Amino acid sequence: MRGVLTSRSGAPTRLSLSARISLHLILLLFSGVMLAPFLVMVVVSLIPNSAFLARDFSPENFSLQNYVRTFQAVPFGRYYFNSIVVSVSVTVLQILISSLAAFAFARLRFRGRDALFLFYLATLMIPFPVTLIPNFLIIKALGWYDTYWALIVPGLFSVFSTFLLRQYYRSIPLDFDEAARMDGASSLRIWAQIIIPLSGPVLATLAIFVFQGAWNDFLWPLVVTASERMRTIPVGLAAFVGQYSTAWDLLMAGSVIALLPVLVIYVLGQKWFVEGIALSGISGR
Amino acid sequence: MTLRTPSRSFFRWRPDQQWEGYLFILPSFLGFLIFIVLAVLMSLGISFSSWGLTGFRSIAGLANYQQLWRDPVFWQAFGNTAFYIVTIVPMQLALGLAMAVGLNQSIRGVTVYRLIYFMPVVTTIVAGAIVFRLLLSTNGPVNQWLAALFSALNIPFTPPNWLGSSQFSKWSVVILTLWKNTGFTMVVYLAALQGVPRELYDAAHTDGANAWQRFRHVTLPLISPTTFFLFIFQMIGAFQLFTEPFVMTQGGPANSSLSVVQYIYLAAFRDIRMDKAAAMAWVLFVFIFVFTLLQNFMQKRWVYYEAE
Repeated sequence: MRGVLTSRSGAPTRLSLSARISLHLILLLFSGVMLAPFLVMVVVSLIPNSAFLARDFSPENFSLQNYVRTFQAVPFGRYYFNSIVVSVSVTVLQILISSLAAFAFARLRFRGRDALFLFYLATLMIPFPVTLIPNFLIIKALGWYDTYWALIVPGLFSVFSTFLLRQYYRSIPLDFDEAARMDGASSLRIWAQIIIPLSGPVLATLAIFVFQGAWNDFLWPLVVTASERMRTIPVGLAAFVGQYSTAWDLLMAGSVIALLPVLVIYVLGQKWFVEGIALSGISGR
Repeated sequence: MTLRTPSRSFFRWRPDQQWEGYLFILPSFLGFLIFIVLAVLMSLGISFSSWGLTGFRSIAGLANYQQLWRDPVFWQAFGNTAFYIVTIVPMQLALGLAMAVGLNQSIRGVTVYRLIYFMPVVTTIVAGAIVFRLLLSTNGPVNQWLAALFSALNIPFTPPNWLGSSQFSKWSVVILTLWKNTGFTMVVYLAALQGVPRELYDAAHTDGANAWQRFRHVTLPLISPTTFFLFIFQMIGAFQLFTEPFVMTQGGPANSSLSVVQYIYLAAFRDIRMDKAAAMAWVLFVFIFVFTLLQNFMQKRWVYYEAE
């Protein structure tokens, strides 16, 4: 799976100079379109609303004042804390739970294994809105409404992650297990000391995929949180829009605050991010 | 010391692995049972009951579904969602493929371009929706740029009310979604393009095929499995559009940009009509299922699989 995105084997023949220049112009135009929203976001976040409405971009208007006011108006620190707690817990525990199940599905033999796996796969088709309402009711019945449990626990069980890891675990030769068993290793030990160390790249890619999904998730945290102190960043940001619908200076500062860490991590670890998120696409081929 | 003969026979069950297997699966299975299996059954049950603030009231048969059939807002939300699918899916495939083909050339800076095109994909969609509210506001930058462009071309221009008119609100959602998701399509296509064997291009070149013919008769057929996958993936995504209209237009004006999932949300959590919302979710599911099956059936006509 790795390396697919970086190999250039399929690149067609070399282009002439004029073709290269016009191609760069088109690609730059696309880049401009993709970057413009970010640029506008940053510029407007640095000037007062009145200056933006008057399109007055003189240097003396620029300051970090909006950021100070945004942090005073909204507990972004708390939203951050919640987003980090939820995303990290979901990522670590979901991968742990899926990995154990995937190991059993791929490498252990027990009655009903393949039927059960097929049953898992069949549920991949079910869209999120179908389970949204009953899961909300289940969370309420468990007394978890507006708690971290509600934000984390339903996200721990992923058929997709289990499926993906099971496919990968099947590609590791079974001889490894047999040899370890003859040396007296238990299944748990084989999982922890043979399978996990051999699946580093796939686990890392999956972790990024799961993490960014949990970090950006909106509908579920919107439904199961009520108080401000339980909001994650996307929910807090959306509530902020409700309060300050056209205070563009504050809204843009809030958006930059919400985006900056993710974008910095993305730029630093581009390769992992692109592969992690395109994972669903590549495994679907 | 007695050792079992290691056997890889699929049919030979190893009794000592029986309970171990169940134990490894247990955590995953418990969650699967509650949050997926139980949830699906409950949702089906709720859709056939009368279910309000206090929970279950009575069995309602098809009443919720009949109510949907007569609900003009439901039809509107469905129509809007259909609009999103028929605009977003093909436009995203075309744009993503164009970008991927551009980046699959031997030029400098491919990594930087890819970094930029993929940036919106990692962006929190709520933040994206907020910026586009600003960009597309009546006196916002987009209208300002368009006005400048049109006056340079000497064409009369009335700035569209992107977010506040029923005519344009859906297009605002389409624009935001394209900005946000095209980078994903591009990356998946790029991986597919890089898998096309070079010999095939060389052979086509020798046979006198020009660039367009090589693209049309070599590239497109060879990446058609990816196109098929992306088509299904984007279609299912467009069926479930929620955050974009929710944050950017609130579904308005006059429900003109309301999506089905947004209406499910409103029915369940604003009107406390869990029963109606569950019925809607099932209608959506059936539509997604049927359309996916249909595509799967039709793929024989246009998806090319290499002989194994």
